[in-house]
Amino acid sequence: MSIPADLKYTKSHEWVRLEADGSVSVGITDHAQELLGDMVFIENPALGRVLNAGEECAVVESVKAASDVYAPIAGEVIAANEELEASPDLLNKDPYGAWMFKVKPADAGDLGGLMDAAAYQAHVDSEAH
Amino acid sequence: MKQTPLNAKHREANAKLVDFSGWEMPIHYGSQIEEHHVVRTGAGMFDVSHMLPVDIKGEGARAFLKKLLANNVDKLQTTGKALYSCMLHEGGGVVDDLIVYFMTETWFRIVVNAGCAEKDIAWMEVQRDQFAPGLQIIPCRDLAMIAIQGPKAAEKFWESLPGSEGPTKPMKPFTAIVIGTMFVARTGYTGEDGFEIMLPGRAAPYMWQAMLDAGVKPIGLGARDTLRLEAGMNLFGQDMDEKTTPLESGLAWTVDLKSERDFIGKDALLRLPRAKQLVGLVLQDRGVLRGHQKVFTAAGEGEVTSGSFSPTLNCAIALARVPVGVNVGDEVEVAIRDKKLKARVVKYPFVRNGKALV
Repeated sequence: MSIPADLKYTKSHEWVRLEADGSVSVGITDHAQELLGDMVFIENPALGRVLNAGEECAVVESVKAASDVYAPIAGEVIAANEELEASPDLLNKDPYGAWMFKVKPADAGDLGGLMDAAAYQAHVDSEAH
Repeated sequence: MKQTPLNAKHREANAKLVDFSGWEMPIHYGSQIEEHHVVRTGAGMFDVSHMLPVDIKGEGARAFLKKLLANNVDKLQTTGKALYSCMLHEGGGVVDDLIVYFMTETWFRIVVNAGCAEKDIAWMEVQRDQFAPGLQIIPCRDLAMIAIQGPKAAEKFWESLPGSEGPTKPMKPFTAIVIGTMFVARTGYTGEDGFEIMLPGRAAPYMWQAMLDAGVKPIGLGARDTLRLEAGMNLFGQDMDEKTTPLESGLAWTVDLKSERDFIGKDALLRLPRAKQLVGLVLQDRGVLRGHQKVFTAAGEGEVTSGSFSPTLNCAIALARVPVGVNVGDEVEVAIRDKKLKARVVKYPFVRNGKALV
């Protein structure tokens, strides 16, 4: 699966999509779901929680292991994907469609500090060695 | 990393290969959960060539094994009969768990865990030198091992290997026979019917391909772990190890303390207080049970030894070592990250022959 060019990425393998209303959706990358394997459980941050950038804020668990999800940018949690809680396997089937939670950024300019698709690809390649 | 004779077959099938006790082994071939269901409903096959068959040959083999093993090989009186046992050190802790097959009075075969193989052989040799110096201990490193498991395993095996149905159809569980260069046992680690086939490494890829052609799906070690956990089977290094006794690991049924027989570790088992027991847990809340999570009970604290998501039951299950005094039906709490979640104590196995038991 190619890495979508319209998203931003973190070193800890989250993707971020800027929505039309100024909020950002957060999910985990194809590479992350591939490493973890079949997903069986997710725990999203509580609505209204104010996140610091880089803070542990959600958990995804595959049959194999539990993995923390980190806040890509600072902001308030304004939505959580309840469908995913019932069907965590959507993270495997459609990693870039299955958003986990949405954040209202504290500062929209923070997105500029995240990686673009090319930089993320290079990051994934570097971790493979 | 060491490779089994089936390594190329795993690569052909796009396996995700991982380091397992120094061996490069398939963890899955795409989806661990799908592979799990294949074994519960159809037929799947595992490369378990990393496990080591060890032959004990010579006069006095039975007497030696009566000393070496916690279970009593006198239960093995007919050719091909198999027995599960722990091998203990003097302190009563588990050196390894294994299956021993009785073939003749001068030939027993033992199959041990990959991660313990070198340690086990060294241990057996030390005991041999003391108790039965004339006996041969022969590691069969040239043998590969394929397990075919599932409700359709037997028919698929017969389809794959013409001529195998006659000799293997009458086989009862926990027995083995020799067919030419193959050693075929009706054993497994999944809670389903099936065979474990030991054969020369150079022949293994052909057997594997024949079973692929018959529609048998390759299954990785990931599903092997969830299958054995559902079947309530212990895993050495997780559910018991050198620091725990079989009596505190749900394996009292494999330890013969009744007969006069003196085996290594017996004194310690009789002497040590039995404060802990192994129980099954089913998580009532959403989440996943994992090894080393703390368990809080009315009788004191315990610990999850093996935990995972159960694909058959669609919830989290575990084996846990808890204080004696915890009973089936009790509700306990398990610490998962910053929460304490509710779990129910159950009698295991959780699943046997495709059916949920809890």
